[in-house]
Amino acid sequence: MSLATLLVLADGRLPAGGHAHSGGLEAQVSAGRVRDLDDVFGFLRGKLATGGLVSAAFAAAACRRPGEWAALDDGLDARTPSPALRKASRAQGRALLRAGRSMWPLPAVVRTAGGTVPRDMHQPVALGLLAAGAGLGPLDAAVAAAHGVTTGSAGAAVRLLGLDPYAVHGLLARLAPECDRIAAEAACRSDDPVDDLPAAGSPLLDIGAEHHATWEVRLFAS
Amino acid sequence: MRAFAQVVAEADGRGGTRLAVLRGESPLLLRRTGGRSGGDATVHLVGGAAGPLRGDDLRLEVTVRAGAVLTVRSVAAQLALPGRPAPASRLVIHASVAGTLRWLPEPLIAAAGCDHHTSSVIEVAEGGELVWRDDLVCGRHAEPSGDVRLDTTIRYGGRTLYRHDLTVGRHADGWDGAAVLGGGRAVGTVVAVPGLPGTLTASPGAALMPLAGPGVLATAVGADIRQVQAALDPLCATEAPTPLPVAA
Repeated sequence: MSLATLLVLADGRLPAGGHAHSGGLEAQVSAGRVRDLDDVFGFLRGKLATGGLVSAAFAAAACRRPGEWAALDDGLDARTPSPALRKASRAQGRALLRAGRSMWPLPAVVRTAGGTVPRDMHQPVALGLLAAGAGLGPLDAAVAAAHGVTTGSAGAAVRLLGLDPYAVHGLLARLAPECDRIAAEAACRSDDPVDDLPAAGSPLLDIGAEHHATWEVRLFAS
Repeated sequence: MRAFAQVVAEADGRGGTRLAVLRGESPLLLRRTGGRSGGDATVHLVGGAAGPLRGDDLRLEVTVRAGAVLTVRSVAAQLALPGRPAPASRLVIHASVAGTLRWLPEPLIAAAGCDHHTSSVIEVAEGGELVWRDDLVCGRHAEPSGDVRLDTTIRYGGRTLYRHDLTVGRHADGWDGAAVLGGGRAVGTVVAVPGLPGTLTASPGAALMPLAGPGVLATAVGADIRQVQAALDPLCATEAPTPLPVAA
């Protein structure tokens, strides 16, 4: 694998609309559950261990067996009970595929039932397919997914709570070994049947996303 | 302890429900309760011993054949306890539903030091109906939570409709952070196919979510189990479909 290619895929500046999403943080800030740096750390740890592991596992699985992308996409539907989160994940998946068209070709086996190139899928599946197209492996896809889960919310934390950006990036550095561990577990399980892939849920993210979607004024799309 | 319990409900041909099989072993005992005049049958789980404790290996099979209506409740909360050094206690539930199953047990309480794993797989045939409730309390009063993992798989017509694992306790990273349960020490979920009769009254700790397949999920997180019950009980009422207001 190419380390530079992985950095391009995982870069927050990749124009795939990630900056518009707080990864559920805005709802928890509004509910008063996240107020300071410690709360942000607790939020990020929980998110990484649940949604982060699921995203990493599905990205790794899509990279390893891209022909099964539709079954993996269904698997994420079953793991995402919140309609608002399904919509946010699909919006980010579409944006990533759009950005990816100019970067790397998707594997030839990635086709819809009608034989066309799919445009609509959950973000982790799109990330895994793009990683495969870029010549990266399942572990790379998993690292990019786990990393993206934490950095998106961390960036939002600076804007939502006016936190010291140095301190917030300090949290990301502390979480990096955990990202590696989660990604390794995800890659290890990337051959498992879809039902056996990680399904760790986050009740407050689901509840918060549903409330957030009803707000008339919000800073982030999710 | 190892125990196996089984209930098979089938239509009796006269508009009612007959229990073709009803058997259990301590601590997993099943008793038929309630009258026999209606079209449904109710079974209560009766804890025949303390626990589950570490090392326990419990298995429950529930079958509801087409035309049968079965409600399963429990007489008391299930209290997962530490016990001797041994592998995690396990409860494996498998349900096949072609008729109607309402699974409405009392909460599972994760006492400090426990290590428990419940795994539930529910297969609902096309046209079958399900209400599946799971409540969890993280620790008894003012004690830290034990380690509990709840894995749930619900399939409908052969497709996986809902896959959800929840892990709490000191070995679960960030479970008490604001992404998972935050300061909440109780959580409850109801998955219902094709749906629930009522709607959830607005509350910052609860939401009702249409699943991607058929069916809905209601989730509530609260400081204690009363808040969760206030949100979810009205949705699960078998008699009164109109939900009561939820305390904020």
